[in-house]
Amino acid sequence: MSALWTAGVAGLLFAFGLGLGGMTDPARVQGFLDVTGSWNPTLAFVMGGALAVHAPLSWLIRRRKTPVLAPAFPNVSHTQLDRRLLGGAALFGVGWGLSGYCPGPVLVSLAGGTGTVLLFVASMFAGMWLFGWWERSRATAPQPQGDLSSS
Amino acid sequence: MHPFLVALVGGALIGLSASLLLLFNGRIAGISGIAGGLLSQRTRAELAWRITFLLGLVGGGFVLRLLWPQVLGAPVVTGPAWVAAAGLLVGFGTRLGNGCTSGHGVCGISRGARRSIAATLTFMATGAATVFLVRHVLGGES
Repeated sequence: MSALWTAGVAGLLFAFGLGLGGMTDPARVQGFLDVTGSWNPTLAFVMGGALAVHAPLSWLIRRRKTPVLAPAFPNVSHTQLDRRLLGGAALFGVGWGLSGYCPGPVLVSLAGGTGTVLLFVASMFAGMWLFGWWERSRATAPQPQGDLSSS
Repeated sequence: MHPFLVALVGGALIGLSASLLLLFNGRIAGISGIAGGLLSQRTRAELAWRITFLLGLVGGGFVLRLLWPQVLGAPVVTGPAWVAAAGLLVGFGTRLGNGCTSGHGVCGISRGARRSIAATLTFMATGAATVFLVRHVLGGES
């Protein structure tokens, strides 16, 4: 079995999970986030179910030396809580709250065929591209000079 | 079946999918990371598994549409400027913060990562604050 087959099956299964869990219904996602209004706690059970399965399984899987079809497990040793992590998560949360869509569910919702979903997906990729551009431009930006007072 | 139970089963499928991807491909099932990787320079093999996973994800949506169309709910925000702004924030934010609901909320918390717990609490909080503002302060369904 090739690594492409397993990736495809994982994607398919992920979509079924998101759909069954109700993550592909933006009104329900907003209902979950509406903690001061008519709070709908159902989506907490989606994360609960995912963690209940993935936490023990990933612990077991990582006891293997290598994955079945790949040379190594990803290195996730980074533990720093920095401004990028929290700032990025904060921006993402605002977009998520506004629309009720996060990256997985909105890609599954492409099947719904609405122009709104298409526009969201295009903007999401534009945002990802913009991030890459921003990061590259920061890496190559001229460093501030020590003394510019005479210029 | 009780809605909580259906949600739990949906979540379990997500957990199973993430486990399969880790066991066979040695990859984290973070959708924003998998999708964002399409845009950064990658080898052909890197692109191939990402595209296949995403095709599975989008294809799964088409299967759902045939079998159980009501789970694909209608968008709540339809004003093009708001939709585009939300999409930009989700795209930029998930790359800056290194993950979204799946990568941090499911995979990261599963391995007890402090970063992922902090990120998840942060996006839940700003998401809730945004819904509060839109629904209860500005008084619209957005």
